[in-house]
Amino acid sequence: MTWLLFLLACGDAPGPAKAPSEAASSASTVRSTAPTHPAAGASWEIGRAATPEEIAAWDLDVDPTGRSLPPGKGTVPEGQALFQTQCAACHGLNGEGGGNGMYPALIGAEPKTGFAEDYKIHKTIGNWWPYPTTIFDYVRRAMPQTMPGSLTDPQIYALTAYLLHANGAVPADFVADATSVPQVKMPTKVQFIRDDRPETTSFR
Amino acid sequence: MSDTPKPPARSRREVLSAGLGALAAGVTLRAAHAEEPVVEAPPSAPPDATKVLGAPAPPRSERSPFAPPPTVLPNGHISGPAFSPIHTFHGTITPTDLQFQRNHGGVASIDPTRWKLMIHGLVERPMVFTLADLKRLPSVSRIAFLECSGNGRNAYRNAKPDATVQHLDGLISNLEWTGVPLSVLLAEVGVKPEATWFVAEGGDASVMARSMPIEKALDDTLVVYAANGEPLRTAHGFPVRLLTPGWEANTSIKWLRRIELVDQPLMSKDETSKYTDPLPGDKARQFSFVMDCKSVLTHPTFPTRLEGPGWWPISGLAWSGRGRISRVEVSTDGGKSWADAELQGTPLPKAAVRFNLPWRWDGKPCRLQSRATDETGYVQPTFREFREARGAGTDFHMNSVRTWEVREDGQVFFVPDPEAA
Repeated sequence: MTWLLFLLACGDAPGPAKAPSEAASSASTVRSTAPTHPAAGASWEIGRAATPEEIAAWDLDVDPTGRSLPPGKGTVPEGQALFQTQCAACHGLNGEGGGNGMYPALIGAEPKTGFAEDYKIHKTIGNWWPYPTTIFDYVRRAMPQTMPGSLTDPQIYALTAYLLHANGAVPADFVADATSVPQVKMPTKVQFIRDDRPETTSFR
Repeated sequence: MSDTPKPPARSRREVLSAGLGALAAGVTLRAAHAEEPVVEAPPSAPPDATKVLGAPAPPRSERSPFAPPPTVLPNGHISGPAFSPIHTFHGTITPTDLQFQRNHGGVASIDPTRWKLMIHGLVERPMVFTLADLKRLPSVSRIAFLECSGNGRNAYRNAKPDATVQHLDGLISNLEWTGVPLSVLLAEVGVKPEATWFVAEGGDASVMARSMPIEKALDDTLVVYAANGEPLRTAHGFPVRLLTPGWEANTSIKWLRRIELVDQPLMSKDETSKYTDPLPGDKARQFSFVMDCKSVLTHPTFPTRLEGPGWWPISGLAWSGRGRISRVEVSTDGGKSWADAELQGTPLPKAAVRFNLPWRWDGKPCRLQSRATDETGYVQPTFREFREARGAGTDFHMNSVRTWEVREDGQVFFVPDPEAA
């Protein structure tokens, strides 16, 4: 703020105002890196504090540990009923996908191998998805596509329970909640690895 | 006039419904006269423009009626890709309205006066910035390409000879971006040492989110509000998007609204279901952010027909997410021999460069290819090399050399599998 006040204070003074860091040199500099504050480590004092309420209103983030999963629970039968009314029109009655690939298949545990060789194999929750929490995250963020954000947390848990069960990940009496969902072991046989491409030369 | 009775005030709802009624009536009218199609007059110009006073300066310069703009294709879908007509461009900068699009929940409509960017999580001071705030902070302008990680899927899998380069590799754009370095904003909020990843989230109907290592935030990630000198277009994230130069474009979150500093990736939505790359041996690569070095010919390509033997320009675009393009070679014999193409201007890091090679066609059938090398020494792989490393059915990051054949009649076609007999 000191620097900004300095600029303001100099505004009416004769001659161009100069930032302290430029005062010693009359030549412009060509900057090739990110700009830094003229006073190292100082704040620009632009922007305001975020309130806990507005953070809570927007923070949808759930990670594989289940951090920030909301309260509530849902069962497989509840989810199955919801799937028929909320999801099946696009994704198919049995989650087989639709719209000529526009709406991906969600259900199907087989085949579990050969994805790199045959692009026609559908990547489903049952044979591809490595994390159960992603189902809750996906539905809460984006589904159903025509009415995003319209489902309650218990409804999303119910759909999560149904989709996990329909893909062979959990038994029919599974109840989805903040504790149970992160513990589900997904049926995929695919080994997900972090980017292993070499940084520089050679084919990757 | 003061005696004129005022019409009764109407509510906004009434005005809206009246407008909709008129619209519906208009549609009916058009349908009733469907047998009389509107014929637009072809553009005309005076025989000698030096003998006719020109038109007054228009408020905005439109495209010449003799050069109607191409379109992104397909368009009109809520989700999915819209390919840029890269075969119609010259130089390196993409016309702003013809950038490729990939939307996940439609095109969001955001009021900039209500827009805010929230940065929170593992930070000392969670903060909110308005658009006006961003414009007061130090800015950077740089040219960078954006490429969808699925670009090239149509060239690599189930491709057809009569495919345009727009359809095959059109999910690439290259513009000049202006915005605030994310590092500047992170300095304001104070990143805690345990923060190792950050999540960027859009305010669209899919609430699109990607997790990225914090090193990228502190390196060259920008929070941008302008492209090619003007505010972002609606379909490209207005009022503010993220720009992660050199990385797969889905990480350059459009309609940006929130950044959270975290200690591990979220495995959100598309992070595992979509943007993971199948590898042989039932492995899959995830967080393969960097777009590798690639070049594509844009001319001559289908549906171009060379009218006869003689000099024809070979031209295209090359780019690398790991730095500058150092070399582009062109082959006119299907990869047996290579000639250095001319790079137009100075290649910039993580930006597209145009390459050109004048070529004398002898009228015989031949195969054209381009092969780019970046400053790390990486050479764009052949179709065979790529298939051996990644598999015939893989997805994402498909950057192998493309092949086009010129037939005896001069017609140019794509060659889906140059290894096939």
